[in-house]
Amino acid sequence: MHELSIAESILEAVRKEIALHPGTVPTRVGIKIGSMAAIDSESLTFCFDAIVSGTEWAKLKLETNVVPARRICNNCRNEFVVVDYNSICPACGSSETLPDGGDELDLEYLEVENAGTPVA
Amino acid sequence: MQERLSLKSKVLNENQRIAESLRERFRDNGVLCLNLISSPGSGKTALLEKTLAHLDPSTQVAVLTGDIQTDNDARRLARFGFPVKQITTGGTCHLDGKMIEKHLEDWPLENLDLLFIENVGNLVCPSSYDLGENSKIVLLSVTEGEDKPLKYPAIFFKSDLFVLTKVDLLPYVPFSAELAEANARRVHPGMEIVRASAVAEGGLNAWLSWLDRRIDVAREAQSLAMAGR
Repeated sequence: MHELSIAESILEAVRKEIALHPGTVPTRVGIKIGSMAAIDSESLTFCFDAIVSGTEWAKLKLETNVVPARRICNNCRNEFVVVDYNSICPACGSSETLPDGGDELDLEYLEVENAGTPVA
Repeated sequence: MQERLSLKSKVLNENQRIAESLRERFRDNGVLCLNLISSPGSGKTALLEKTLAHLDPSTQVAVLTGDIQTDNDARRLARFGFPVKQITTGGTCHLDGKMIEKHLEDWPLENLDLLFIENVGNLVCPSSYDLGENSKIVLLSVTEGEDKPLKYPAIFFKSDLFVLTKVDLLPYVPFSAELAEANARRVHPGMEIVRASAVAEGGLNAWLSWLDRRIDVAREAQSLAMAGR
């Protein structure tokens, strides 16, 4: 159960970003989670909602995008999504394939709105 | 008015920054740093005890051992005369870069060859945190299930070595080592695997020779880094 620590890290990253954009209020933060990242997105969303609830960040929603593990074939350079842990290249049948992501835990976007009067 | 700002950074950016700085320190000092991860009770401490007892005495080793509570493991490991420090997380289920950095503050790395980090017993959370190690190592004992690599794929995906422990018990338990190893290689094709027993005669040979090879690689990396300056 490290989703609480991860949720706190996301909020910390939002704080830093908002400091660069004074006068804005964050409404959504999007993160990408690889299927090999050992992060449960439901549990992460639960933790995130819990830590922002009742705070100045209460309007902020977490949006998660879970992406599958992918591999690249060394033989034919085909890029493919790994299904059921099958690492054999579906194009040429080679077993010489290398991981291409899958353990992502990346910040993708932050949606903000202006806090008060829009600046012209 | 809504605006979408594009962010291109890692959630654990701060941890990553600390880990990269630790990794550079380890490389520059020729230290091989290994992060041992398993469920509670898979035999991390027993493997380390026997490793410390068997290592060539000229090898300089130190251990950081993480637990939620107690310094029992540090006391078990300190008997071998090498520096050992307990990291008590007080509830946190994993070690992070900051904890390692803090506990290394007063330890000179220049004379060290090998640093073991024994993570908190947990197959999930420690896999998300880079500690600046050269390799993560996952342990699984033969009294667990062969399908653990499929149930907990992230740690098998991210580890360079899988140590199958307690293999002296294989005759007494319904566990197929071949199946466990095949499952690990489904998640991580080409994964290195060694079988180990902390009680059988010669049970650590494969593990110790893997260690020796990796210590040599770390020394070469140090020479290369120095030559490049």
